[in-house]
Amino acid sequence: MLETIIEAFSKAIGLILSGDPEILSIAFRSICISGFATLLSCIWGLPIAIIIGLSSFRGKRLVRSFFNAMLGIPTVALGLILYLLLSKSGPLGIFRLLYTPLGISIGQALLITPILVSFAGSALESTDVDIRDLAKTLGASNIQTNFKIIDEAIWGITLSIIASFNRAFAELGIAMMIGGNIRYATRVLTTSIALETARGEIAFSIALGLILMAVVFSITFLINFLRRG
Amino acid sequence: MVNSLQIIGIEKIYDGIKVLESISLDIVTGIVISLVGVNGSGKTTLLRIISGLEIPTKGSILSKNSKLRAQDLRQISTMVFQKSVMFNENVYDNIAFGLKIRGFTKEEIDEKVSKALDLVQLNGFENRKAKKLSGGEQQRVALARAFVIEPEILLLDEPTANLDPSNAIVIERVIKDLGERNSCIIILATHNLHQARRLSNEIVHMHSGRILEIADPEQFFKHPSTTITKKFINGDLQF
Amino acid sequence: MNLKLSKKDKSKIGTKTKVIALAILVLIIIGSSAYILSNQRSEQKQHLIVTTTTSLYETGLLDILKIEFEGQYPSINVSFISQGTGLAIQTAMRGDADMILVHDPARELEFLEEGYGVNRKIIAYNFFVIAGPSEDPANIRGLSPTDAFIKIKESGENTSALWVSRGDDSGTHAKEKRIWNFAGLDVANLRTQDWYIEAGSGMTATLKLADDKGAYTLVDLGSYLNNYATGNIKLEIIVEAGKDTLNVYSVMANNPQKSELIGSNFDASMKFINFLVSDEVQEILAEFGKDKFGKPLFNPYVKLLKSGSDQEMVQWIQELAYFDGTECPTQYRYEEGDLYKFIITVTKNRIIEMPEVLRYSYNFWRLHQFFRNFQCLKQL
Repeated sequence: MLETIIEAFSKAIGLILSGDPEILSIAFRSICISGFATLLSCIWGLPIAIIIGLSSFRGKRLVRSFFNAMLGIPTVALGLILYLLLSKSGPLGIFRLLYTPLGISIGQALLITPILVSFAGSALESTDVDIRDLAKTLGASNIQTNFKIIDEAIWGITLSIIASFNRAFAELGIAMMIGGNIRYATRVLTTSIALETARGEIAFSIALGLILMAVVFSITFLINFLRRG
Repeated sequence: MVNSLQIIGIEKIYDGIKVLESISLDIVTGIVISLVGVNGSGKTTLLRIISGLEIPTKGSILSKNSKLRAQDLRQISTMVFQKSVMFNENVYDNIAFGLKIRGFTKEEIDEKVSKALDLVQLNGFENRKAKKLSGGEQQRVALARAFVIEPEILLLDEPTANLDPSNAIVIERVIKDLGERNSCIIILATHNLHQARRLSNEIVHMHSGRILEIADPEQFFKHPSTTITKKFINGDLQF
Repeated sequence: MNLKLSKKDKSKIGTKTKVIALAILVLIIIGSSAYILSNQRSEQKQHLIVTTTTSLYETGLLDILKIEFEGQYPSINVSFISQGTGLAIQTAMRGDADMILVHDPARELEFLEEGYGVNRKIIAYNFFVIAGPSEDPANIRGLSPTDAFIKIKESGENTSALWVSRGDDSGTHAKEKRIWNFAGLDVANLRTQDWYIEAGSGMTATLKLADDKGAYTLVDLGSYLNNYATGNIKLEIIVEAGKDTLNVYSVMANNPQKSELIGSNFDASMKFINFLVSDEVQEILAEFGKDKFGKPLFNPYVKLLKSGSDQEMVQWIQELAYFDGTECPTQYRYEEGDLYKFIITVTKNRIIEMPEVLRYSYNFWRLHQFFRNFQCLKQL
């Protein structure tokens, strides 16, 4: 059994090094789809995180709890709900998002928004209360003070964004149900791994898995490098 | 431009407890005032109210008969906290913050920061990460950050508490220098009676939220008027 | 003095790298957005979505067909979604696919009768076989499929054999259930027993499970050959193809007259159906798999009809998969063009299919014959 694993691993490395165009396009597609999903979730999630982190309002605890609860939603459950909504016979069918990359992006964006909001919100909330006082006593207006707090929390916020991307990049349920794993169109790394494993193409699956992890690690290293710089 | 400050009838209630009661003071520019008293006497609260970070339950602060609201106070005053708070940046950016939001140009900021660092004897520290400095160095940065914006009221909450003597000396020297320039009002809260005597023109003794005594240093130590003040000077009161 | 300078310099370099790295990030963001948005259904290209069975999908035949079809029709982009037959039909019913390519006659008939499908055509056929461990613990070698099933159940009950079912509502699963029924057994009952294992997966995964457990399973010949040749499984064919294990693949287009299916791409669907029945593609079907396995994985049905070479096979297929004596009763045809002309059907021994006119005449003639006989009898 060990020989077969080792053999498969070496085949996998060979596949990656040979630069098989289909593998590269699948990897590229995965990055684009999840990258776009992260962008979308930042657009609607960061403002929410900022409001939660910086202000207090009635029902804030409720909103917080809601997002914390959504953190645990299983991707297949979300995938199923979206599938029924986006199907041509469903309420959002007119947008024709089913089996398209944009559909997957939107689904993933919904999946990762709770992560972004919860973690970024926490990063902002846990910024020292004294920073607010300090900014104010140095003469900053409310807006300037809020910006300064965001500034102080920027690494926490960046890490939330990275965590969100990684979650989207490595998830399977939504890409499978909304995307349909259509070759050359919506096939991404995770769905390919599932398909190739089911087909018994272990070397191929391992190659894809290695690429998946390589991307995740590279992004994390890149961000840490930026921080130290 | 403030050349005098009238604090009238300030009262502050927190959670049903009266932390400050009928605080009234007249202050003139160029003066250095020390607030002395045991822990919990209300020094910090009073400083926060004067700095505009808190709003009094009763009473007001006036200058030349016009009332100063909290936001006005925040603009003209600045406070150095007891425990130094540093932005997550280098020393230069920390000190420059107040200048940046006031719209100074880069050259002006460069010059002012450089001078300020010189005064607190932290030359060459511009690019060091502020949070990585020692407690004493951080407090000096905080002080530089405060006076570089040339506030009309400079408030200091136990600035040398917990500092080793070498740092304390530098800070005291800066305060004395600023005081001698006569350009602003300096209000300083301290435990340290000797420091109060060294630095201030006037000492205010606070106890349980009230002002017990106001006098110049010599008068204060030689002829304290109340029993509590006497006890305090003798070190008989509990800290 | 020196210390001061070098510290300042260090930070300048740091900023430069930061800026570059930030620029890379921004590029990635812009790039991905551009990719996503450009990839969205451009209106120049037509899209055809075909849902199909996993057994067909996993052989790789569809990849070849896609290339051929898009070569002939460059403005159409065809996508295959592999789901079990049950789900494939449901997806088409929801309008999320334009046509289906499946292998379950009973459900295909429902699809037609409920008004969702039109223009059914049988494209190809092959056989299911029973694969199992070479030792054949249930001793079913040489038996007919139905008898084999009975023996497997008996062996299962005395724990000498195991059975793995697709268990996923696919065409293969439907076939399996049909055979259990022929054998007089109740599938609902069987499912509760320990020797009956439900994989709930596609064909390859099911085979691998059976291989792992040394169990028997029903598998279409194409998938079997594919998995055996790639070394995925060591199972052997224990019970060969027979009439009971005939596996027939047909296509149907969504019925554009049905209100919820109005958005379906009927035009492209018909093009694809005509493509599949064309001589060139039937040849491709006939050849597919020969180089890899020595024998083809599929047998083209339209070609078989035209050549008239194996009448018994045609008869079997028609018994299994024809409705009212035809692939597609006339009420379920719509703008079919030449799809049903000049091909052959069966009446007893002779295989004839005629254009509508001739059919009516034939029926009329038979009716006429009938009444004539009746008159004779009356006279008697």
